[in-house]
Amino acid sequence: MNWDYESPRKAYGETLVELGRERDDIVVMDADLSTSTKTAMFGTEFPERFFNVGLQEQNMMGIAAGLARCGKTVFASSFAVFATGRAYDQVRQSIAYPRLNVKIVATHGGITVGEDGASHQMIEDIGLMSGLPNMRVIVPVDSNEVRSVIRFVASEDGPFYVRLTRTALPNLTDGDFKFGKGAVMRDGTDMTIIATGIEVGYSLKAAELLKEKGIDMQVVNMSTIKPIDRDIIIKSARDTGLIMTVEDHNIYNGLGSRVAEVLSENYPVRMLRHGMRDIFGRSGRWDTLLSHYEMDEKGIAKVAENFYKEVKS
Amino acid sequence: MEAINDEKVRELKLKANEIRKWVIKMVYAAQSGHPGGSLSAADILAVLYFHELHVDPKNPDWPQRDRFVLSKGHASPAYYAALAMRGFFPEEELLKFRKVESFLQGHPSLMVPGVDMCTGSLGQGLSAGIGMALAGKMDSLDYRVYVLLGDGEIEEGNVWEAAMTAATRKLDNLVAIVDRNKIQLDDFTDRMVELDPLEEKWRGFGWRVISINGHDIVQIIRALNEARKTGGRPTVIIAHTVKGKGVSYMENTPVYHGKPPQSEEEYEKALKELEEERRGI
Ligand SMILES: Cc1ncc(C[n+]2csc(CCOP(=O)(O)OP(=O)(O)O)c2C)c(N)n1
Ligand SMILES: [Mg+2]
Repeated sequence: MNWDYESPRKAYGETLVELGRERDDIVVMDADLSTSTKTAMFGTEFPERFFNVGLQEQNMMGIAAGLARCGKTVFASSFAVFATGRAYDQVRQSIAYPRLNVKIVATHGGITVGEDGASHQMIEDIGLMSGLPNMRVIVPVDSNEVRSVIRFVASEDGPFYVRLTRTALPNLTDGDFKFGKGAVMRDGTDMTIIATGIEVGYSLKAAELLKEKGIDMQVVNMSTIKPIDRDIIIKSARDTGLIMTVEDHNIYNGLGSRVAEVLSENYPVRMLRHGMRDIFGRSGRWDTLLSHYEMDEKGIAKVAENFYKEVKS
Repeated sequence: MEAINDEKVRELKLKANEIRKWVIKMVYAAQSGHPGGSLSAADILAVLYFHELHVDPKNPDWPQRDRFVLSKGHASPAYYAALAMRGFFPEEELLKFRKVESFLQGHPSLMVPGVDMCTGSLGQGLSAGIGMALAGKMDSLDYRVYVLLGDGEIEEGNVWEAAMTAATRKLDNLVAIVDRNKIQLDDFTDRMVELDPLEEKWRGFGWRVISINGHDIVQIIRALNEARKTGGRPTVIIAHTVKGKGVSYMENTPVYHGKPPQSEEEYEKALKELEEERRGI
């Protein structure tokens, strides 16, 4: 955990270039956002295997399906809102149902998109993609993990959804990604925060703030949302008795909902879902927004402390 | 309809210039936003808001008002500037664009007085315009509906679904304007998707097509006048423009699609050039 900030999008672009050098079945697609998603890095080196189709997300997903059906390993990128929302039915009918080898890697997930506002802040994508049979969903926690996740999905057959953020992230891991496994990032006994993506770093910092108040927090990173790691959720519930989830996503149909399903079916304990509480976001700097919605370390610490006190009193 | 006299044209040129200055000030204050496509659309917005549209800033929801949909929603700086200058809200608000305390969202939102539709996800505005045009006919209201689209935007399939439907439904109360600035986000349009022959495409879809220089105030006014006389067909105005128009280092360059002036010097230079332009009007 060196906490050095690095752009996950750049890590994605660099890894695509490496994969392109190693394998000639790798094909990359974009829909007029390649300078933002960083797929342009691949396009520069492999123009004959890069298809930037313009403002056509639906068409892109359909073409990706056709390429995959003919043996290509396809990475298709755009902002999360367009890749999953605009092109949902193409993803469902042409990629998930036929279980084709398309990796949807979307950048700009969540409210940390910032100034563009609610129209561009995707807070339902984890729900949309998790609801699709055959689709596996990963939210890398940092740029080191982005590199291993992109390599992993390229090596596995079938569709994946990988959600990246716009902002730089602190490196919390050395990239030892294990598909389908959560990871304890901080041991604690009083309560567990299960977080994903950008919220893991903030949850770790919140745990430090809570330590000063005498609350000993465990923090779990859940990079794989589907299939979810049931064992680690149940173990945390057993060990600490209290669970809070934190995500840059709607509290409906995201990480919180998945954790709630596991707990209620296996080991019911009190839990609290924290994130966007079924409201659209608004424009503002990404860090201002995180504090506005109590999703930065101070906000998380406050919400967690209130919940802890409410339950334990 | 007012006659086109020189005084009116001069007034509209000054309005367009003022819109452009606001665009630069807004994206610089926000350190975020889209100057290129805002500057290319400034003349069109000036004519719409200070000549063509029947709207009432004191009563933004007036049922008889003409409707305007900024389908290329990222040109919000120019749009908000026009709305504020027309009196829908105080101009001071403009400098809070994209800040958390402001109602001026990065892309048009119904939070903003005078905005008729939420936009930002490209390719959807023409459909909303059809809905408004159909409702006008159903309710026997003679308002007109205007939709401003980007040329990259019309690569979206949804636009062409709407194009077919508008012609099928004979929506002569609907006007689409395409800001043909030849640049999208990543690159020049002709390096990404072949849009030409654009006029023929729209004609083939059943539309009346008028091609103009989108920076010529008189041509914009004339085209909008012409659009009233179509009799049973929707009209599309292909407005040939320059992306970044008015700021030399932004003109015709894809990089200023979505980033503000990069330094104090760039900011001052942009405002200075626009001030020089104003003196020449
Ligand atoms: C559906 C959708 N896909 C992608 C984007 C991201 N995006 C914003 S502006 C833009 C380019 C638009 O180009 P154009 O329509 O030509 O606009 P203009 O040149 O007038 O600024 C893109 C790709 C978006 N807003 N909506
Ligand atoms: Mg354009």
